[in-house]
Amino acid sequence: MSAIPDTSRLRYHCQLRQSADERRAETHPLTWRLRDDGTCIQLDEYRDKQGYEAALRTLEQRSPDDVISAMKEANVRGRGGGGFSAGLKWSLTQVGDHLPRGYLVCNADEMEPGTFKDRLLLEQQPHLLIEGMIIAGYANRSCYGYIFLRGEYKEAARSLAQAIEEAQQAGLLGRNIAGSGFDFDIALHTGAGRYICGEETALINSLEGKRANPRAKPPFPGQAGAWGKPTVVNNVETLCNAPGVMQHGVDWYQGLSGGLSNDGGTKLYGVSGLVNRPGLWELPIGTPGREILDRAGGMRDGHTLKAWLPGGGSTGFLLPEHLDLPLDFDTIGQYGSRLGTGLLAVVSDRQSIVSLLRNLEQFFARESCGWCTPCRDGLPWTAKLLQALERGEGKPEYIDILEQHTLGLNPPRTFCAHAPGAMMPLESGLRHFRPELEAGIAQASMEGVS
Amino acid sequence: MADTSLARRIATDGDGFELHAEDRQAMLTERAHYEQPQAACIEALKIVQRRHGWVPDGAIVAIAETLGVGAGDVEGVATFYSLIFRQPVGRHVILLCDSSSCFLTGYEALSEALRERLGIGYGQTTEDGRFTLLPVCCLGACDRGPAMMINDDTFGPIAAEDLDELLEAYP
Repeated sequence: MSAIPDTSRLRYHCQLRQSADERRAETHPLTWRLRDDGTCIQLDEYRDKQGYEAALRTLEQRSPDDVISAMKEANVRGRGGGGFSAGLKWSLTQVGDHLPRGYLVCNADEMEPGTFKDRLLLEQQPHLLIEGMIIAGYANRSCYGYIFLRGEYKEAARSLAQAIEEAQQAGLLGRNIAGSGFDFDIALHTGAGRYICGEETALINSLEGKRANPRAKPPFPGQAGAWGKPTVVNNVETLCNAPGVMQHGVDWYQGLSGGLSNDGGTKLYGVSGLVNRPGLWELPIGTPGREILDRAGGMRDGHTLKAWLPGGGSTGFLLPEHLDLPLDFDTIGQYGSRLGTGLLAVVSDRQSIVSLLRNLEQFFARESCGWCTPCRDGLPWTAKLLQALERGEGKPEYIDILEQHTLGLNPPRTFCAHAPGAMMPLESGLRHFRPELEAGIAQASMEGVS
Repeated sequence: MADTSLARRIATDGDGFELHAEDRQAMLTERAHYEQPQAACIEALKIVQRRHGWVPDGAIVAIAETLGVGAGDVEGVATFYSLIFRQPVGRHVILLCDSSSCFLTGYEALSEALRERLGIGYGQTTEDGRFTLLPVCCLGACDRGPAMMINDDTFGPIAAEDLDELLEAYP
């Protein structure tokens, strides 16, 4: 019998592109503790590097409302792509002596096409997330936290399970954390696939062991979420920002963006596509796309940048002329796109926008939960039309039909943000690359059309 | 046409599924993490799948009984999630990422090479029962696309030339 080949050279390993000497506690709050070898930081090492100081001091010295004010003033915005103020979200959680304490849910269901940032934090630094969750749980008077992790993140599951156990044994989770009188524990919940689980209310349904159909809002999760209790759902990176804010203060956090943006803090930015050095970097929020692309070594030889998605499959295309814009929520929102997750996917001049759009819409069509008709039927229709255009078998009216979908698959016709997100690349694709789409109209069908 | 409803199949079918005592215990442990027992059903399905490779009809009923929830609810969940398999799969499951970043870095050529090498399409299992091929949502390995998973292992970037060696590691 022949030996089993060693496939370790082909294994994927998530790695930050900044070495330890480039990262400082004062400027890289999310990643300064990471090891250059990319292995997971255990509890002892995390505590040696100031770990859990922020959480323990917060429990001892600050009131929950105080924490919420700090998060609001620091203007920590949701890093899952929505950009909603985390402090504001926390302030909308219903709390009161007459109400049951609710839940904190960490959305670690990273599936947005082109996004690989939470994986880094989950695999290599789970204690930062746990520390952020203790702070968030305290601020929201949550009784229990869940980390909703996508099922495919096996290494992250190992890191998190071990870290939760370490924290429990050290008295950092459980009853009366470090003598503070605050009880809070965390369980790891792993998913079983489906992109829609990343939608806040679908995630809650999935956590409850149901099909991941989104829920009607209101009530918002902060009023009635998991099992009807007040529930806060935050992205991994968002929660990982909380310890820094509590440790170093609001002014420090806002200063991190160094005047590049009105937003505070840093952002995990990344690049994928045909560049020389795809990867991840922690940079001030508002860093322009050009600098990030430069860090990625620029486009590969023979390729020129044609377009880019700034933060996932559900964001709109931007052009090379947009590379100098600060990449933050407000700015990118003014250019017909969204910051989304801040992980750039670049398209080369040798790649077809029509094919990419077809791929994206097939993805969204497959991942529709099927609950509402516009999404369930509309998305496959767009995918089908794009496929015909890609093959040069389109009809002139296809362009109009696609355009109608970008107008129609929006609230209130759709039940959640899935289909509207799917329409962002299509709408911007039609806006920027209409001739490329029109080139897919079959010649035969043009005859007789004057 | 034969009645293929779940109740009918389970009533008559002889798959003779028996829940392993350890698995039952693991499900009950999971149940304790949640306010209501149904929340443990996705994990329960995964527990069954870890032992059997897939989720036979009898397991749906066994899970429902163990957790004290309706079999219909468990089946509804089992058929919703893409990583729960309601029919037998091969010894090794290949998940090939088909999302945009992998699409931009060579997914289509890899997909074609892989299907040709295995002689199957998506959702199918090789005749020798060794591999099942499925598409998967963005694997979050976009900096090293095209990416794929085989069982619990993630690989990337993978070129068509790597496939022989890679597949050989999963006998």
